Amino acid sequence: MGNSSASRGRFGIHGGQYIPETLMNAVLELEEAYDHYKNDPEFNAELADLFNNYAGRPSRLYFAANMTADLGGAKVYLKREDLNHTGAHKINNVLGQALLAQKMGKTRLIAETGAGQHGVATATAAALMGMACVVYMGREDMERQALNVYRMRLLGAEVRGVDTGTATLKDAVSETFREWTQRIDDTHYCLGSVMGPHPFPTIVRDFQAVISRESRAQMLEAEGKLPDAVLACVGGGSNAIGSFYHYIGDEGVRLIGCEAAGRGIDTWETAATISTGRLGIFHGMKSYFCQDEYGQIAPVYSISAGLDYPGVGPEHAALHDSGRAEYVAITDDEAVDAFEYLSRTEGVIPAIESAHAVAYAMKLAPTMRPDQTMIVTLSGRGDKDVAAIARYRGEDLHE
Amino acid sequence: MSRIADAFAASPNGKAFIPFVTAGDSTLDVTERLVLAMADAGADLIELGIPFSDPTAEGPVIQDANLRALRNHVTTDDVFAMVERVRACSDVPLVIMTYANVVFSYGIERFAARQAELGMGGVILPDVPHEEKEEFDVPFSAAGLDVVSLIAPTSHERVRAIAADAKGFVYCVSSLGVTGVRSQITTDIGAMVSLVKDVRPDLPCAVGFGISTPEQAARMAAASDGAIVGSAIVKLIGELGEDCIEPVAAYVRDLAAAVHGVR
Repeated sequence: MGNSSASRGRFGIHGGQYIPETLMNAVLELEEAYDHYKNDPEFNAELADLFNNYAGRPSRLYFAANMTADLGGAKVYLKREDLNHTGAHKINNVLGQALLAQKMGKTRLIAETGAGQHGVATATAAALMGMACVVYMGREDMERQALNVYRMRLLGAEVRGVDTGTATLKDAVSETFREWTQRIDDTHYCLGSVMGPHPFPTIVRDFQAVISRESRAQMLEAEGKLPDAVLACVGGGSNAIGSFYHYIGDEGVRLIGCEAAGRGIDTWETAATISTGRLGIFHGMKSYFCQDEYGQIAPVYSISAGLDYPGVGPEHAALHDSGRAEYVAITDDEAVDAFEYLSRTEGVIPAIESAHAVAYAMKLAPTMRPDQTMIVTLSGRGDKDVAAIARYRGEDLHE
Repeated sequence: MSRIADAFAASPNGKAFIPFVTAGDSTLDVTERLVLAMADAGADLIELGIPFSDPTAEGPVIQDANLRALRNHVTTDDVFAMVERVRACSDVPLVIMTYANVVFSYGIERFAARQAELGMGGVILPDVPHEEKEEFDVPFSAAGLDVVSLIAPTSHERVRAIAADAKGFVYCVSSLGVTGVRSQITTDIGAMVSLVKDVRPDLPCAVGFGISTPEQAARMAAASDGAIVGSAIVKLIGELGEDCIEPVAAYVRDLAAAVHGVR
């Protein structure tokens, strides 16, 4: 089945703009503004200033010597997005979109959040730029991440609980779209991943591409050659596409996305979209989704709230189709082991999301030669996950 | 030929009253009886919703109806089987309202073929805008069915292009936001409709989103060619469950009379 000839924003057969007519002019205006500002030297200078002086970029490419010695194979480098302001890669996208929204004359940001990282980043940018901010969060997630809820309120944002559906990330996305159809004039939807209708997958990817722009130069300086593999975790896929982007043309660089298998891809309690999903249309895009035979979107599960989403960004779906990127599934057990391993081995506590990429690095590095290298993107820091990991290990902490 | 456009032409004054119900809420048996009762009460065209897990264009009332129906494990095939039973005793014009993934997942051609077999009019897909329509429109047109186009208060200069290749009728979304009852509709509906009529004088336009009283329905039908009522009916079904048939029929009778009373 071919896509419509008028359709915009395609990655292979994926992408498009499957949204209510009420929002069409809003996304067309956004595309027009982005096409203008992305080549505007003043906009790019302002964004670079925010990246460097506010978010703390460039992030380090750190040679993990202990891990490399322990695994006994490829040299492992960590791209330290966890060291950014607010503790994750999310700030890259949010600063870009908030600046763009401000240029468009918008005075209010709305956003969805799962674990709260994107919500905190959006609330942060709104505070910095003097914009109003409303964050939608599943009621279930609000209870699991009470600290982040308070953090967003501290930053001046309003957090609205979402009780519909499964009361998690996908429902927060749906509710934010609903709010946007209600109030468009002064409001920008600051979408948190490389998903949704065009132009979001492209805009978010371009802002996150700073990760691979830096890592490529850093790797060439450190090793005098490109990495043999780049690994990143994939939920919607924003840190992964950012980590891959500037290597897509370098056929010798393996690109590996690590999805959340939850309790296993042979169970219903999984969020591994590419491993278990089917082609579908949801949240504005054609891509792969976890769904039943009638197209009802499946409730998904992962220990990681940031990977707990039933779809994947359309560019990842296309990279999977073409074979340019590989996608593997990592279980909760493997991710928790990697979380603890990196903490003990390198003194770095990774986000449980990022631990999915670390887990695959632990399998892959020993199969590679010592003259080979890999980059593992640490998309965020793990402070937010400490209580949940303790619980997973049978200990109850009171924060 | 369009079964949907014919439904407007067949009404007493050329104006259509179009009620919406979610199939399988509260049960498919209730939906079957509702469809027949609403047809008797004067509905010109009935919008039948196939439930979707994540209905992003709906307000809380219809969201809940979708979830109630899905809790009963209602599937697309079950809805078609129910329509088959309706067809044994009624040829009331029917159009499906659902989301892109429900049709895509069933197979667009297969979905259209099944609808054609059942003498239905086509589909309304709120998450398929003009730019994405062709993928659905080509197979539906081949089966003699319409993919209904929507216009919104934000559409402005887009209306001409949308109207130019619209089929069946144009669904005028009365207000910003999602479905649900509104005490006032502030959009200039007449202006929206005349943008359509500039391009397609013969294409019917019907207004939906926010209508709940016979007065509102009459006012909207006067400014266009019809009125669509969803949330207010679905709310009754949600409150009354199996006992909703008579009250819904009475309500639909009032609304249909108001629309058909417009000169």
